[in-house]
Amino acid sequence: MKLYRLLMVALRSLSTNKLRTGLAMLGIVIGVGAVIAMMSIGRGAEAAITARVEGVGTNLIFISPGSTTEAGVRSASGSAASLTLDDAEALAEAPSVVGVAPQVSGMAQAVLLSANMFVQVLGVTPGYLTVNNAELADGEFISDTNVTARSTVVVIGSNVADTLFGGTTGAVGRTIRLNGNPYRVIGVLASKGGTGFGSVDDQVLIPLTTAQSRLLGMRRFGQSTSINMIYIEAADSDRVEQAVQEVSAILRERHDVLEGEEDFTVTTQEEMLDASTEITDTLTLFLGGIAAISLVVGGIGIMNIMLVSVTERTREIGIRKAVGARRQDILIQFLMESAVISLTGGVVGILIGWLVSRLVGVVQLSESTITPVVGLDTVLLATLFSMAVGVFSGVYPATRAAALNPIDALHYE
Amino acid sequence: MIEIEEVTKIYRMGAIEVPALRGVSLRIESGEMVVIMGPSGSGKSTLMNLIGCLDKPTSGRYLLDGQEVGSLGDDDLAGIRNRKIGFVFQTFNLLPRATAYENVALPMLYGDEGEIDQARVEAALSAVGLGDRMGHRPTEMSGGQQQRVAIARALINSPSVLLADEPTGNLDSRTGMEILDLLLGLNRERGLTLVVVTHDHRVADRIGRVIQLEDGLIDSDANGNGEPAGSDLERVAKRAGHGEA
Repeated sequence: MKLYRLLMVALRSLSTNKLRTGLAMLGIVIGVGAVIAMMSIGRGAEAAITARVEGVGTNLIFISPGSTTEAGVRSASGSAASLTLDDAEALAEAPSVVGVAPQVSGMAQAVLLSANMFVQVLGVTPGYLTVNNAELADGEFISDTNVTARSTVVVIGSNVADTLFGGTTGAVGRTIRLNGNPYRVIGVLASKGGTGFGSVDDQVLIPLTTAQSRLLGMRRFGQSTSINMIYIEAADSDRVEQAVQEVSAILRERHDVLEGEEDFTVTTQEEMLDASTEITDTLTLFLGGIAAISLVVGGIGIMNIMLVSVTERTREIGIRKAVGARRQDILIQFLMESAVISLTGGVVGILIGWLVSRLVGVVQLSESTITPVVGLDTVLLATLFSMAVGVFSGVYPATRAAALNPIDALHYE
Repeated sequence: MIEIEEVTKIYRMGAIEVPALRGVSLRIESGEMVVIMGPSGSGKSTLMNLIGCLDKPTSGRYLLDGQEVGSLGDDDLAGIRNRKIGFVFQTFNLLPRATAYENVALPMLYGDEGEIDQARVEAALSAVGLGDRMGHRPTEMSGGQQQRVAIARALINSPSVLLADEPTGNLDSRTGMEILDLLLGLNRERGLTLVVVTHDHRVADRIGRVIQLEDGLIDSDANGNGEPAGSDLERVAKRAGHGEA
C-alpha cells in the first residue's frame, strides 16, 4: 500500500479512539516537554554563569598560593602563605600586564547602630577598580595613600549600603564598625548584579595593608605580609597566555622554584569559564537524562496501547490480510500509528517545553534570573528521540500484528 | 481452474497431529459452480482456506489457473488472494468504521497499483444494487446489504474465483436467496468460478455440483441429478474432457 494511504489509515484509526490516543500521546508530551524545559533551563544557567564570569573581565589572570605540606599532609590549594605584596608589585613590571590587584579576604560583621550584616571583607589596592571593571556609585575609591597609611577607610558594596544605610546615597562620610573597629565610608560601589556568596554587592573593601595588619591578622611570610590572591589584567585577551608565561617566570624566579614545582597557581579567566561551563553542562545533561527517562516511560505507554490496539483489531488485520495485505503492509500501518502518536506528542511536547522555559524566564524562581535558552539542537534531539521511542515501541506490537495468521485473525472474537 | 492433487493438511496441537485433510483430489473448471458440504470437522473449512490461499497444504499439489501455489511464501499468497480470489464470509467481515465505498476499495489499496479507481468501486457497488449506499457504514445497513458490500469487495479486483463461506448463514431465508441469486448471476454473467461452503440444501440444490466431505476425504462428488461426478482424480480428469457448465 502506498505510504500516504497508510498514513491516512493510521490517522483514521487513531482518531476513532481519541481518549486512548490522547493518553498514549500524553506520555510523550510530558517526556519531550520535560527534556526541552530541563535542557533549556540548564543552558540558561550556563549562559548566566558565563555572562557573570565574563562581566568581571575576559583578560583576567588569577594567581593563588600553592598548598602547604605539613608532615606529609597536603592541604588545600591556596593554604600556603607564599604570595606577598612584593610579588604583586614585581608582577606589574611584566610587559603584557596592565593591571595588578593583590587582595586578601576575610569575613567580618559590619555594624551601623542597630543595623548589621555579615560581609566579606577584601583588602585591596587601587588597582582593584580597573582590574575588576568595578565602578563607584558614590564617593571615591581607596587610594595609594590609604594603602601606605593603613587608613581605616572602607568602600562598601551596594547591598551593604542598602542594608546599613537604606540606599547608596548618604553613606559616604559616615562611620561603620567592622568587627568592632570604626571605618569611615569613603565610597559606595555601583551594583553589578548577581547574588549569592561572593557577589561584589555584598562585599566591603578596605586598604590591603589595613586588612593585613588590623582586621584579618595574616600569617607572616618572610619579610612581607602574605596575600590570598593576585588579580592580573593582561593587556588584551589575546595576550593572556603571554602574560601567564611572564608572571609565572617572574614568580618562579622570586620564589626560587623550578618549573613544575611552583608554590603558586596561575589560572586564567578562560579556564575558570571552562570549569564552570563543564559543571553546568553536566547539570544540563543530568537534568535532560532524568527527563529522558520520562520519555522512555512514555514509549512504554505507547507500546502498551499499541498492543491493546493490535489485539482489539485482530479481526481487522485478518480482513486486510484476506484481501491481500502483505506482512509489511500491516507492519507499516501499525508502525505509522505509533510514529504519529510519538511525533504529534513530540511537537506538542516541544511547545509545552518552550512555554515552560518562557515561564521560568519570566517568573523569577530565586533571586537570580535565568533566561532559558531553547536551542534548535535540543528541539531536534527531542524530536528525533521521541520518534525513535515511538517507532521502537511500535515495532513489537506491529510485528505481532503482521505475523498474525489470517485464518485465526478472521475467526477471532 | 482449480486443480488439487492428493492434498493433505495436518494441524499440530502440541505433540498431537490432527489430520484435517487426508488426501483430497479435486478439479474445478473455470466458470464452474461447486458446493462443498459436510459436517463440522469434516475438513471443509480447511479445504476452503487452502483453495482461498489463506493456508498451505502439508503435502500434495494445488494449481490455481495453472500456477503452483502450494509452495508460495506468505506475501506471494497475499498477492494471489488480492488478484485472483474474492472472499464472501458468513459474518460479512467488513471494516466496521469504514463506509461501503471504503470497504469495497480496500483490496485495490493492496493491489499492484495501490490506488483507488473510483469508477470501478462505484460500478461494483452498483452491480450489487448499492449504488446509493456508498457512504453508509456497516452499522447503518441490513445484513443483506452488508453481504452485498462484501460481494462488491470480492469482485473489485476481477478475481477468477469467488469463495463464499456460508454466505447465507446469517441472513433470513428470503434475503439469503437474493444473495444466492446475486452470486449465481455473477457466475453466469462474468464466468466467475463459484465455490460455496454451506449447510443449506436449498443452496446446494440450485448450484448443482456438490462435493461432500467426510473425515478429511471426499465422500461424494455429484451434480444436481445425483450423477456421480467423480470422487477421485481419475473421474475429475474425465470430467475435464467435456467441461461442465
